[in-house]
Amino acid sequence: MGYNCVVCIKQVPDTGKVTGDAMKADGTINRAALPAIFNPEDQNALEAALRVRDQHGGTVTVITMGLPAACAILREALMCGADKAYLVTDRRAAASDTLATSYILSQAVKKLNPDLVFCGRQAIDGDTAQTGPQIAEKLGATLVTYLEGLEIKDGYAYATRNIGTGTEKVKAKLPALFTVMEKCGELRPFQARLAMKYKKARAPMELAKETAEAEYAELRQKGLDIGQWTLDDIGCDLSRCGKAGSPTLVNKIVNVVLAGGEFQEFQPTDEDMGRLVGSLIADHTIG
Amino acid sequence: MANFYQDNPDIEEIIDALDLSEVAALLENDFAFAKEYDFAPENAADAIDNYKRALDICGKIAGERIEPTAEATDRVGNILEDDGTVTYTPGIKLAIELYGKSGLMGATLPYYLGGLNMPCTVLTAMNDIVSRADCSLMNMFGLQGIAETINAFASEDIKREYVPRLATGELTGAMVLTEPDAGSDLQSVKTVAYQNEQGEWFVSGVKRFITNGCGDVLLVLARTEPGTTNGSGLSCLLVEKCPQVKVRRIEHKLGINGSPTCELVFKDAPAKLIGQRRRGLITYVMALMNGARVGISAQGTGVGEAAYRAAREYAASRKQFGVTIDTFPALRELIANSAVDLLASRVLAYFSSKSVDLEAGLTKKFESLKGTPEAMAVRNRMKKYAAFNKMLTPMAKYYASEMAMRVSNNAVSVLGGSGYMKDYPVERYFRDARICSIYEGTSQLQVVAAIAGVEGGLVPEAMEDALDGVELNESLAAKVPAIRQLADELASAIETVKANPGAKMYHSLQARRLVDAGIAVIVAALLVRLAAKNPKREAALDYWLNVQFPQIRAALEIAKGGYTASVTDFETLAPMPKAD
Repeated sequence: MGYNCVVCIKQVPDTGKVTGDAMKADGTINRAALPAIFNPEDQNALEAALRVRDQHGGTVTVITMGLPAACAILREALMCGADKAYLVTDRRAAASDTLATSYILSQAVKKLNPDLVFCGRQAIDGDTAQTGPQIAEKLGATLVTYLEGLEIKDGYAYATRNIGTGTEKVKAKLPALFTVMEKCGELRPFQARLAMKYKKARAPMELAKETAEAEYAELRQKGLDIGQWTLDDIGCDLSRCGKAGSPTLVNKIVNVVLAGGEFQEFQPTDEDMGRLVGSLIADHTIG
Repeated sequence: MANFYQDNPDIEEIIDALDLSEVAALLENDFAFAKEYDFAPENAADAIDNYKRALDICGKIAGERIEPTAEATDRVGNILEDDGTVTYTPGIKLAIELYGKSGLMGATLPYYLGGLNMPCTVLTAMNDIVSRADCSLMNMFGLQGIAETINAFASEDIKREYVPRLATGELTGAMVLTEPDAGSDLQSVKTVAYQNEQGEWFVSGVKRFITNGCGDVLLVLARTEPGTTNGSGLSCLLVEKCPQVKVRRIEHKLGINGSPTCELVFKDAPAKLIGQRRRGLITYVMALMNGARVGISAQGTGVGEAAYRAAREYAASRKQFGVTIDTFPALRELIANSAVDLLASRVLAYFSSKSVDLEAGLTKKFESLKGTPEAMAVRNRMKKYAAFNKMLTPMAKYYASEMAMRVSNNAVSVLGGSGYMKDYPVERYFRDARICSIYEGTSQLQVVAAIAGVEGGLVPEAMEDALDGVELNESLAAKVPAIRQLADELASAIETVKANPGAKMYHSLQARRLVDAGIAVIVAALLVRLAAKNPKREAALDYWLNVQFPQIRAALEIAKGGYTASVTDFETLAPMPKAD
């Protein structure tokens, strides 16, 4: 029998490419200065779901919440083999914190009634690791965090999870939600045929307004439609969404700059490398 | 995380400069496939976008997943187990799996057999990318030629049985030609194929130096006509891996350790005939070999790219006498020479691949148009590219192989002592590059293959083809006459060589110099083509005209000079060392 899997994915600024202008004067992220990418651990989550489908059959559906630009990662997921993609997009969802986000995503997930839900452990822009567990709570699904390996047998999930000092194996009832770590497996490459096909997939909001309806109908006929949901479509209580549903208040953001004296600088020269190794030996880090 | 397509804009630039629109239309049957397959392109721009997407996938796998395994693959090599099976290195195993799953193992195969229906030019770019990550992997990735051969010549049943599984990487193949006494001279193949009373075929014999001989699908060249001793008695047979085929040993080689080179023993192994009897060598293997040669032109280019990058980056960071070593003129020249050499190799390889695509595409078109008034024009162009390919494919294979050796050798020089050590990859590139000029026909044999076209006057034609449709600015227009002039000098040298009293011997002796001159002319025209779109390329063109052309002229002087001592005074010049 097959399992229906839903993967929640997020488009994030590539914090690995932080340069001088990556942060605005007020300490918030300058999103324009950083390329937007498929959150790394969400890629591992997608791979975990695709493996379940490879082994047992079923479907893999990806969901993201964000602006229409986030469709880029939905297309990437389709090119890797996901069956269907949905964009949850609504102005009223802006400024949602993890609580509101998890509520909105849980409403979207409910519509799909999956057996397994996969999220990346955390997103590299916020690093909260809260959204996945909060979705599970709202779904009433078994929560398995820090997933490193998964087997599905006889309707149960046998999961290996990282507990910091090692791993533990747990047996979980379905439906279950997993927050996935890198070790679970690198996302497979795009399949060329799917890349050739889904490069044309679009959500309605990506289309020119005047012709959107006709174009989208055509896309749907070809299986190239990215589903698009507003908060109303997924039955959200607006008081739990956006700013209204977000109890988190950012008090202040501090740009931490290491003071001199806390670090030493070494140039990539033979001499400096000698000094570096010397000091590491001296404080018994190596040797 | 490196993407070996995205971080190397030369590839896209050359593909754009060569303009694959016509090739795409020919391959896609004027985009009729789009009605049948939801991923097939609807127009030329769509097709070219697909090509680039496929290259992007190829480059990502190569840079992120394969390159990090290349060093270990080289050190460990593949292992022949006691039971006669071969275990691939983890890196090679991973590569086959990833490329198979991504669908790129069937890049040039037709849609209906699981392929992507992409041009040879795109496969060349893929082989270029793959070889930069791990030179030895190209031997596995490039084995797509096996499936192409089955697709081109086998019966529909055989095609449907094997090609889709080769396209997904589920099966790998090998071309099984060489024997202990039949290397360059394949006409003397001794392996036999015979039929039993039911008409089933069996193969017996020993084959040597077989790349991926441990593969699942073996295309074997064997003698089906008892009593014959030449190529017309040979046929091509498909043998599936079975107990009657044993890998007796895998070779210990100088380089490309990820590619298992096997010695195979066939003992009455069941076989299937591919195509017709007697055409094995003459038609099928020649086609297979041409494809393989195009592959090596990409392999040499890719390993050259890896070596050039390592040298360029090292020279920019290594300090001596208080400055980085890339400030020294002697090293600058070494590196600049490598850069231009590499560019020449790539542009020639892609140009020759496009010519292969045009011949194949026009041949198909001609067949569909037969009897119509347009057919003749298509036929003439088809013939033109067919003639080009006989010259351009060996030229590209020869040039890329020699370039790979020069550039990897230069890289070792740039890194100096470090370059000689296993701590840096350049010694691996240097060892890996060496095979390119040996297999699929040595450099000497490529010259033999290319010289007919050069002497037949095809160089000026290919030059004009390279310049076709190029909009020349004033500066470039002023440089084109120098290229035409060298083409004229080549024509005059050919006449002089032909008029030599010892014509046959002298002609063989000087062929390499004439082919080199032909390559110089065609590459110069291609550099003009690139410079017309990207003004920065004019520097490479100038370098070619100022540094390469004078060396070619010197070689033509030798060719015209009539000096034959290396042949006629061989014993004196190269005395046999005295045995103890």
